[in-house]
Amino acid sequence: MPFSAPPPASGERYALSASLDNARHLSSLLRAVHFQDHATCFATASGLRVTVEDAKCIQANAFIQAEIFQEFSVQEESVMFRISLSVLLDCLTIFGTSSLPGTSTALRMCYRGYGYPLMLFLEEGGVVTVCKINTQEPEELLDFDFCSTKVVNKIILQSEGLREAFAELDMTSEVLQITMSPDKPYFRLSTFGNAGSAHLDYPRDSDLMEAFHCNQTQTNRYKISLLKPSTKALALSCKVSIRTDAQGFLSLQYMIRNEDGQICFVEYYCCPDENITEAEL
Amino acid sequence: MRFRAKIVDLACLNHFSRIINTIAKLAKTCILRLTVCKLYFILSDKVANGGASMWCELSQGNFFDEFQMEGVAAEHNEIYLELVPENLSRALKTAQSAKAVKIKLTNKHCPCLRVAVELPSLSSSNRIVTHDIPVGVIPRRMWNDFREPSVPDFDVSIYLPVLKTMKSVVERMKNLSNFIVIEANLSGEMNLKIENDLVSVTTHFKDLGNPPWASEDGCQSSAQGRDLESMAEACIDIKKLQQLLAGQQVNPTKALCS
Repeated sequence: MPFSAPPPASGERYALSASLDNARHLSSLLRAVHFQDHATCFATASGLRVTVEDAKCIQANAFIQAEIFQEFSVQEESVMFRISLSVLLDCLTIFGTSSLPGTSTALRMCYRGYGYPLMLFLEEGGVVTVCKINTQEPEELLDFDFCSTKVVNKIILQSEGLREAFAELDMTSEVLQITMSPDKPYFRLSTFGNAGSAHLDYPRDSDLMEAFHCNQTQTNRYKISLLKPSTKALALSCKVSIRTDAQGFLSLQYMIRNEDGQICFVEYYCCPDENITEAEL
Repeated sequence: MRFRAKIVDLACLNHFSRIINTIAKLAKTCILRLTVCKLYFILSDKVANGGASMWCELSQGNFFDEFQMEGVAAEHNEIYLELVPENLSRALKTAQSAKAVKIKLTNKHCPCLRVAVELPSLSSSNRIVTHDIPVGVIPRRMWNDFREPSVPDFDVSIYLPVLKTMKSVVERMKNLSNFIVIEANLSGEMNLKIENDLVSVTTHFKDLGNPPWASEDGCQSSAQGRDLESMAEACIDIKKLQQLLAGQQVNPTKALCS
């Protein structure tokens, strides 16, 4: 336990209470989904899920399972609240973001329940910071209803192959077009910007391709401004799974390994901009 | 009025440069006061804007191998100059690996501080880079404006925590609020607090130590009778505090806050 004196008053039951020896395990994941100021936190006995949405078209989820925490307890079946993600991140990184080897910020998180603020206790090098962040009524979240039975095309790529591509996406293009097909070009990313169109092809037998299950040729376009924030998750991850369903909804799942080698997931869901089902480009 | 000085030791030069860099980050112009034994860098009070004011006193013997000064007159053997510390900072940047740095007050077309940096070179002849920094000479009648400030009556005086930690915390707090409350007591505890509708954050520093102040001064009596645990607090503009902390390039052995 990083704290000698437990903060909650004796006899108080907290709806959510958690301890983490290294706050970076949480803050780095949250940064990967930080493209809007507000987020919805949803906690169950299995862990914490933080959801960020924009324009009713895109949703990002960061999953931090209970095993990552040194202590994680949820009193009710589930706990849900809306909170400012910007403020939460500023508090989690109050002692700075540069990670000196050997030093880490210990975190204790407590939430009394509906209407109460989220309490954070952070400690590094003997200095303690106490944060009290007001919570809000959770808003209804989008349900993309994306389950494995509805998946039409799926590939798993090593992230290093996509990182450069995403970092250099032509932002003058309004859309990112993704083509997935059992035939050539197999997996293609395209942009249509001021300078012209750019196509990036990944052959199915490439070293970077870990799994290739494409049943149908699909070409879908997604608003590039909505997908660009996923670059942060891509940068942290070692592998990414790209899936589409019959409607062209896109699911990007990023496998992220933290400093201690534990695995966490971040996923992005996005609605298609238009639906072009022909293979012609 | 004459002034010439020379620094030969690289460690002294680096230390001097870092002090100038810190000053340059605090203000656009400052006053340089030269006496026989000391140099002073002075920033006049900006009480109206709530900014930082500064009094920096350096013993010339700690930095300079040669130091000759002749003031405006025998009875007033001092020189007051107004200069832009950023210019001096930039001139000293070229002196990172210098053999020697000579500083001289000149008046060719207008008063300048001439900084001549002697750089090592492979050939036998020396390479010298010279910077002329324009300065304004402050007339004697205005010297009273720049007297040493007396330490105001304080309630609590405390040593600051590791500046790096304080810098990180204040930087984050700057994103959350415009004002910060600093409170400290005589038991070596200091808190930094911000509070608004959205969030309240308090950082607690312990075991900082309180500097002993000589009790001959009558003004310390308020601190004497003080309850050790009770906090004295001050509310300040966070951007100004962050600027002050961000500029710190000199690693102090001790930093005090009163």
